[in-house]
Amino acid sequence: MNESSVLWEETIHGGATWSHVLKRGTALRLADLQGGANAGAIFYNFECSAERYNMPDTLKAQHIGRLTKGFVLYSDMGRILCSIIEDTVGWHDPIGGTSSAKLVGAKYGPSSYQEQRNDCHKNGHDSFLIELGKWGLGPRDLVANVNFFSRVDVSPDGDMDFALQNSKAGDHLELRAEMNVLAILNTCQHPLDPNPRYEPKPVHVSIRRVAAPGLDDPCRISRPENGRGFTLTERYFL
Amino acid sequence: MSGINLVESNLDPAKAIYSQVIPAGEPWIHELNTGQYFRIVDLQGNQAVDTLFYNAHDYSDRYSAQDTIQQQRNIYLTTGTKLVSANGTVLLTIVADTCGRHDTLGGACATESNMVRYAFEKRHMHACRNSFLKAVIEWDHGMTKRDITSNINFFMNVPVTPEGKLTFADGISDPGKYVEMRAETDVLVLISNCPQLNNPCNAYNPTPVQVLIWEGAEA
Repeated sequence: MNESSVLWEETIHGGATWSHVLKRGTALRLADLQGGANAGAIFYNFECSAERYNMPDTLKAQHIGRLTKGFVLYSDMGRILCSIIEDTVGWHDPIGGTSSAKLVGAKYGPSSYQEQRNDCHKNGHDSFLIELGKWGLGPRDLVANVNFFSRVDVSPDGDMDFALQNSKAGDHLELRAEMNVLAILNTCQHPLDPNPRYEPKPVHVSIRRVAAPGLDDPCRISRPENGRGFTLTERYFL
Repeated sequence: MSGINLVESNLDPAKAIYSQVIPAGEPWIHELNTGQYFRIVDLQGNQAVDTLFYNAHDYSDRYSAQDTIQQQRNIYLTTGTKLVSANGTVLLTIVADTCGRHDTLGGACATESNMVRYAFEKRHMHACRNSFLKAVIEWDHGMTKRDITSNINFFMNVPVTPEGKLTFADGISDPGKYVEMRAETDVLVLISNCPQLNNPCNAYNPTPVQVLIWEGAEA
């Protein structure tokens, strides 16, 4: 990445919420600063939020149960919200979901702002709803999320197993916005993370301008489905 | 919880208070009262039954695929599975299952996703998400596309491989296999009996399914 092209950057604290409208033609880089981060994320068409990230459409169009470079995130309308154009991790979890107040309370014990100030425990469900609320969205808009930097393996019997040390300090991925995309993020721990301590990790975000995907773009040509997905996305802007 | 858990029901279809055949390609929407038992029968085998559940008193409190599989730490549904919402509400419990495995990740077909997956010319073909939308519009309780979330595919087999691939495996359902669940709260059920012709999820021949309801006292 050409550092001089970065438009702006910041660090999201562990356990914090974040949102931004990623403009078409820019890319969002997410970096795990310490190793073991988790970035829960949901994406919406900023111009019509009824169009949003769709887990099953993303998985079945590409026949995948993980996300990495070359794959894309589909909306329910057959369009591509973002493409993964860079990734040093190799596996990001699209199925594990997010944590709840009940789960966080059971795992890490009681916590309150009164006692712990800004170190009080956060959970993914409430964090998504808070950040969605800032854009006029609510529980009906809360859909299956992605967990960047985390990995969940599935056994032949269907058992789900959280992989330890999936993401290391310095690991990063880059999402190119193919539409104007409302990104809703939080850095709460993965719900299946066996760590008994409340230790959500920070994630560094930076945004830069990028070229539009060419005809030979690796995400476009990774499979015929994605070629059609890019065409449908480009038609939206005609 | 792991593996296939085949359990037969002792409920007598003759004592059901409701029985309806849903033809292929049709939606069905219906309320269940707390304690009622609800069975879906795959009459002719290998028919995907795309299904969503809602708290009947608050449609935003709805079945969540990710919360359901996360809580049981297994991606397949079978006997014993609690179908939960993102708020943690237990909507239904699967109490009998003669198929043994039901999908949580494949979602519903749509005219748009068919264009991506198969060809632009497939846009005209009937799809589950059109059925879902038609059903919630006719239900006329303010539901919209925002309420159409990631659904269950009863009788469908969609494994994830160790390499992280999603595969649509051969169906493990046969004629007459069924799944039965108990409503743990008042529930709205929304079904699209899948019309997909472009892949083997309905064995390239969508067929009718039957739904039955019993009062809890019969169990």
